Formats: sequence, structure tokens, C-alpha cells
Amino acid sequence: MRAPSGPDVAVGEVLLSVENVSLSFGGVKAVSDVSFDIRKGEIRAIIGPNGAGKTSMLNIINGFYHPQQGRITFKGMTRAKMRPYEAAYGGIARTFQNVALFRGMTALDNIMAGRSLKMHRGFFWQLLRHGPALEEEVEHRRRVEEIIDFLKIQEIRRTPVGRLPYGLQKRVELGRALAMEPDLLLLDEPMAGMNLEEKEDMSRFILDVNDHYGTTIALIEHDMGVVMDLSDRVVVLDHGVRIADGTPAQVKSDQAVIDAYLGVAH
Amino acid sequence: MHMLYMIFVDPFVQMGSAPDLFAQTLWEGLVAGVLYALIALGFVLIFKASGVFNFAQGIMVVFAALTLVGLYEHGVPAFLALALTVGVMLLLAIAIERLVLRPLVNQPEIILFMATFGLTYILIGSGELIFGGDPKVMISDKLLLPSGAYQIKMLGGFVQMQKIDIAAAIIASAMVVGLGIFFQKTRIGRALRAVADSHRAALSVGISLEYIWVVVWFAAGVVALATGIMWGARSNVSFALEIIALKALPVLILGGFTSIPGAIIGGVIIGVGEKIGEFYWGPLFGSGIEDWFAYVIALIFLLFRPQGLFGERIIERI
Amino acid sequence: MLYREAGQFKTSYRADQALFPIRQDQIGIILILLVAFVVVPLTASPFMIDSFLTPILIYSLAAIGLNLLTGYTGLLSLGTGAFMGVGAYGCYKLTTFFPGISIIVLIIGSGFLAAAAGIVFGLPSLRIKGFYLTVATLAAQFFLSWCYIRVPWLYNYNVSASIEVPERLVFGIPITGPTATVTTRYLVVLAIVTVMTWAASNLIRGRIGRAWMAIRDMDIAAELIGIKPYQTKLLAFAVSSFYCGVAGAMLVFLYLGNAESESFSINQSFLVLFMIIIGGLGSLLGSFFGATLIYGLPIVMRMTKESFGIGVTSATLEQINFITLGTLIILFLIAEPSGLARLWQIGKQKLRVWPFPY
Repeated sequence: MRAPSGPDVAVGEVLLSVENVSLSFGGVKAVSDVSFDIRKGEIRAIIGPNGAGKTSMLNIINGFYHPQQGRITFKGMTRAKMRPYEAAYGGIARTFQNVALFRGMTALDNIMAGRSLKMHRGFFWQLLRHGPALEEEVEHRRRVEEIIDFLKIQEIRRTPVGRLPYGLQKRVELGRALAMEPDLLLLDEPMAGMNLEEKEDMSRFILDVNDHYGTTIALIEHDMGVVMDLSDRVVVLDHGVRIADGTPAQVKSDQAVIDAYLGVAH
Repeated sequence: MHMLYMIFVDPFVQMGSAPDLFAQTLWEGLVAGVLYALIALGFVLIFKASGVFNFAQGIMVVFAALTLVGLYEHGVPAFLALALTVGVMLLLAIAIERLVLRPLVNQPEIILFMATFGLTYILIGSGELIFGGDPKVMISDKLLLPSGAYQIKMLGGFVQMQKIDIAAAIIASAMVVGLGIFFQKTRIGRALRAVADSHRAALSVGISLEYIWVVVWFAAGVVALATGIMWGARSNVSFALEIIALKALPVLILGGFTSIPGAIIGGVIIGVGEKIGEFYWGPLFGSGIEDWFAYVIALIFLLFRPQGLFGERIIERI
Repeated sequence: MLYREAGQFKTSYRADQALFPIRQDQIGIILILLVAFVVVPLTASPFMIDSFLTPILIYSLAAIGLNLLTGYTGLLSLGTGAFMGVGAYGCYKLTTFFPGISIIVLIIGSGFLAAAAGIVFGLPSLRIKGFYLTVATLAAQFFLSWCYIRVPWLYNYNVSASIEVPERLVFGIPITGPTATVTTRYLVVLAIVTVMTWAASNLIRGRIGRAWMAIRDMDIAAELIGIKPYQTKLLAFAVSSFYCGVAGAMLVFLYLGNAESESFSINQSFLVLFMIIIGGLGSLLGSFFGATLIYGLPIVMRMTKESFGIGVTSATLEQINFITLGTLIILFLIAEPSGLARLWQIGKQKLRVWPFPY
């Protein structure tokens, strides 16, 4: 089942738009009437103090949570409730705050798992393996090796990911998301828990992904330096409400944003 | 057409035409339900405090009953045998905590669950080895439990209630109330609730997990002993009880894993549902649907409420 | 020194992803197959073959079936015995309806019947997870066990409620029934198990295996990268039950010669589960190890008792067996949760660097 995919969006046009979206869990309102858009080819940061609803926002875009109000338009098509694998088929991939890798599998297998969308050989070919299934496997292995080269994780291909240090795990997770060849890549705090060197590496990877593959990126990040350097535009959330939206320079000097981060009651 | 009538109409006609029989079936179901609930209670105790799903609870019931009867057969007076059996259950709890729980303390729940499979087999093997495999008669009269029955004239006929069943219901209620008070009012009870909420937090305020686990498995062992006595009094003590005890699983599905009232209500629903199903719909299928009917009841509930009647809806967060 | 891979470089992804990429392993597997297919029938005693090899092979297949569901996909099932029964009774009915068709075809056909049953009992996995699903498999186990007694059609209304295996020939040689020789049955079982193990290893190494393991490790994340959880789980139930069904059919038709409901009870389910726990969850090799240990242990114990003349009854032996099994399970879960397969890997690792310690 594939999500309906609209006409290809040109660079600079709106790829995804969030309109008046609200989400509650029981009595807690996680997101209130939030609207913003993401243009194709840009790097869009979503920032805000803890508990602002940023991860919930990503989960909504992913199809994991269903908002009570509002709608999402992706590649020109507006969706009602979408299941997560429909979002995946539609071209949305993401990484997670707490690395969501498959711990029982190697790094290579994790990234190959990211190719599942694209592998079509049926059950009986898989039973036989030799023939069409193996050819498909080799073809996708080739693409995955490109990603492994790109992320410089050749040595750890065969290591079970549970044994990898945190920074490498995050890289493998990025690789798995890239393997899906997404139109929109959602990164949830990709720099969390990293030292300066790892952050520089990750920043470069993100920029390269945007340049080299042309992938549109939306990222949640706390490190302001990273946000200002990497992103084209920034949207700021606080307590589930959008309080600012613009270029990094504009947002940095916005009073509402400063107040939110300093904890000034408003 | 006839089949539809037999399934959807006839059983109710039967119920109406012989209401005393219906009441009898209800009573039988209630009694069975109370006993299932007691087994489920043992599960809930252990799960609440150690997060372990104790598949061996059923065999603990059998093992406790066997120990009691076995001691008596070797010449130990009844009440002394009872006290000694309680002691055996304490030793068992200590052994389980040291040899099984402690080494597996940080493993995922599924590993601990599988460890209780191993425990089940060990208890089955040693139970049979020490006490022999023949069914035994429970020494209910020696324990001053009543026998005989009340014949109550009602609903145009008679309903017979075994005195032992009434005793079982009373003792079960007393245990539930007692455990409830224990959890709410005593220091150990509070510690148990703390551990159930969070192992780490409990550790940080100085509660010894090992001690709590011994307490809880011992309590479950005592509940198992009481269940074994009650059940053994109604039908003999044998290893067939083990399989019957597995019926506690559907009870837990209905009642939730951490709710004591849930175990009771779930037990009653399963017990009554099963008996009525067997009696009125059973002949349609051939006998013995009691083997699996409880599971079907639980499954149907699960399909509508995946978290059971009392369980909490788990919101998965990434 | 013996086991080093130094110097063995792969020049294609195809070679890298082969089943036995290391030269020593390739030689090893050829040797094993040679021994199994040629040396054993010629040299081993019929007792050895019939008491050990044939049943261990059959149980290995059942263990592989359960491992696919529980070890690879993470769905704990207590219904293995019942699904083996579907294969056995299914095959029996198929031989009744189609007396002319080759028994080998019917054995494979009964696998499909078991797969269908697996799908039916796997349907709840849409809404039910984890432990609750295990209880659903328990429901399947009790329900089907009940059927094997209470549905006389299944055993052709036989008065003793058991099934007797009719004689069937393939290419003129008796394969089933009293006239089939030990060696013939062994070779047929060996052939089927070899092919099906190879097929399982193909599935595991490809996209289906990865999908199963993804569901096991984190089903939410699996869904988010485009794996469909429900279809994947149902497929696991289907394939797993297929393997268990074929194993059940072989157990009755190529080994026991007859069967009744008790052969497919919950005890059987636990036995196979123990095999994969001890052998290694998520390991095909482990399934063989586990089957060998769990099935072989009571036989070895009995043989020891007889040869040393120890005076214990067979009932006592069975009880000791239960205790030993339970203890082994706990020991393995404590010491090596990944089972014998992991110990084997560690052993190979030591071989790699031997005679150095690391």
C-alpha cells in the first residue's frame, strides 16, 4: 500500500505544510494550533525549550500520532490519518532521540533494513534466494555500501549495533534513514549526547546529505550554535504553541524566543 | 436453522425452565472462579513486586498441597504439617530469590518468564519424585474444614452448596482483605508498593530488593498453599491441577496483572462463564470444552480491549 | 591457526553474503553432508539411527519452526505441539483422501494445512502483543488438543482415538508403515530437513529475515521504516507453523508409526521451546544443538542406567529428566542466554586465535 504521491515538488516550493494542528494526550495538550511549512531542499530547524511539543510534532508528521485538529499536506496531497508505514512509503524518514536501532542486528543489516521499502522480490524467490532475490539483494547492498562509505562506518558493518558507542549508533541510524531515499528526513536531536568532534562530524554529514542527495531536512536540536549554522529557517515552539518562525538571525533576536528560553513567564 | 436455534435459543430456554439448575451452575462457577482468582492472586503479588510473570504459580499450588499431605502421610500431625509446609514455602521463596531472581536481576522480562518455565519443570519433577505421582486425598477433615453440604430450597427446586466451597469463598475473601490491609497499612506493604512502582527508586531509599522478593514469593507461596488445600479438598491433589491452574492466565488477562480486585472479578467471570458454557453449550460440541473455553472468553475480551478489563492503556512513546 | 580467515578476501557482495563464506566452513559443511547422507547409512547401527538421528532431525525441524517465530520474530508461542499435530492429523486425512498421491507430497501438503492454522491463530496479533499473544497461542494449543480427541473424523473414527500410519511407497520402496526400513526413513527425513533448513537460511538472510528481526527488536521503528508489522507477523506464524506441521507429519509417518492426542500436548510445546532456549534463540544451528541435547538427554540417561545397572524405575528417570531440564533452562538463561549456538561461536572464536588466548 503506497501513500498517494503527488506531483514532484520543485526546489523552493512547499514540500510539507502543517496547518492548525492540535494534539492532546488525555488532558495534556502537547501541540496547540501550530502551523508552519517546510520547503523542498531546505534545512528547517524546530527548536524550543523542553516539553515544547517538538518530538510530538515530528511524530505527527510521521503518522505515529494523529492530531485531533488540523491537517498535514505533503507533496500536494492532504492526508487524513496516515499509518507510519504509509508515511515511509510516501517518502518520510526519521531518526529518534533515543536511538531506535534494531539491537539484535548488525550495522549493515540495520541499514539494509532501511531498504525494505524498495525490495519487492516475493516470498518464493526469497525461499530460493539464488536468482532474482539474490540479484536484488546485491543491488541494494551496493547502494547501502555507498551510504556506509559516505558515513565512514566501514569497520563496524558487522558489529551488532548494541555494542557500538553512542555516536556511531546515531550514525548508523542516520544511514538507515538515508537508505530509505526519503524526500523528507526528520532528525530528532541528532547531536544529543555528542562531544564537539562528533557534533562537527554529524553537522557535516547533515549538510552533505542536503547538498549531495538534495534531501529536505527538518531537525530538532538544542545546540543553538548548530541550529544557527546549519539551518535555512527556524520555527520555535513553546508549550505546544508556535512563537516564532523565520531565518536564524530573525529568530535569534525575537523577544518572545528569548523570553521562552530564559523562562520568563508569559 | 435447527443449529441456530440450538445455539442461540435453546440454552436460554433450558436456563429458564430449570432455574434451580441454573443457580446451581452459577454457584459452581462462582466457586471455581474464586479458586482461579486465588491462583491469579499469587501471580499478581509476584508481578506487582518483582515484575516477574510466575508461570510456576500453578505448580506451586500443587507442590504446597503435596507437601502438606505428604508430611501427614509420614506421620506428622495435621497442624504441625501445615506449619512445616509454610516453612517449606519460605525456604522455596528464599531459594528462588537467591538462585533464580538474583542472577537474572537485569534481564528483560521475557527471560525471567522463561526461567519460570524451568522452575515449573523442576517443581513438577521434584514433586513427583518426593511424593509420588498418584492422586492424593486432602486432609481437610484433619484441618477442621467442614464437609457435607447445605441443601437450599429455592427457585422451584434444590441448590446444593458444599460447605467446603462456602469455606473456600470465606477464606479467599479474608485473604484478599488481609492482603489489601497489608499493602496499604504496614511498612512492608508500603515497601512492596514502592518496589512495584520502580525498582531503582525503591533501592535509592534503602529498600532491599532481595528481602522484598523473598517476602513476596513467600506470600504467593502461602496463597498457593491455601489454594491447594481448598482445591484439594474439592477434588484430589494431583498434577492435573497444574493444567487447570493455567486457567489463571485468562483470569489475569481479564483482570490485569497488577490488580487484586481485578483478579477476583476476572476469576469470577471466567469461572461462571466457563461453567455455564460447559453446561448449556457444551453438549453441542461434545464435552470437555472447559479445556479451552476460558481462553476463548479471554481472547474475545482482548480483541475489544487489548489491555484487559483493568489494565492501563499503554501509550507507547518513542 | 586452524580457523583463520586471513587471506580469504571477497571480491563481490554475492560472495560476501554467501551462506558459508569462510573456506573452512565450506569444507566443513560438505563433510557433514557427506557423513550424513553416505557414511551414516552405511556404518551406523539401526538403533543409533532410529533412536537418535531420525527423531533428532525431526525435532530440529520443529525447533527451527518455533525459532523462526520466537527467536527471529520475537513472538513467544506455546502452541508448537498443537501445530505439529495439525501436520500429523492433516497428513493422515490427506492420505485417506488421496491414497494415490506420493506421501512426500502429502507431507509437504500437510505443512500448508498447518500454515493455514498458524495464520488463523496468528490473527489476534493485529491487536494483541507480547505476553497476551502467548496466552492466545496457549488457547490454540488447548483447543487443538481437544479437537484431536473430540473430533473423531480426524482419526477416521478409530475406536482407540489414535492414528495408524498406512504403508506408502515411493518409487517402489516402502517409506512409511511397518515395512519401511530404518535407513529409508532416515534418508527421507534427512533430505526433507536439509532442504527446509537451507530454505529457512535463505529467508533469514534476505529481506524477510530482516523484517522479522526488526519486528522483534523494535516493532514501532520497523513500521516507521516501511515494514508492515501485521503482514510480517502473520507470515512468521504461517512459515513457522509450516515447519512445525511438516515436522509433526514426519514424526508420525516416518518415525512413530502411530500417534494420539497426547503426542501433541502442551508438554511437547514446552519441549521444543526448551530446545530453542538452550540451543540459542535466533540461530538455526542452535535449533539442531538444542534438539540434540533435549532429545538426547533422556535417552543417554536411560542407556547409562541400563549399562551401569542402576536400579531406578523409568518413572523416576522421567522425573529426574524433568528436574534436569528445568535446571538446564535456568542455568542457560543465567549463564548464556544466547544458548549453545553462542557457545559454539565463542568456541570458533577461540579456534581462530588458537594457540593464542586472544
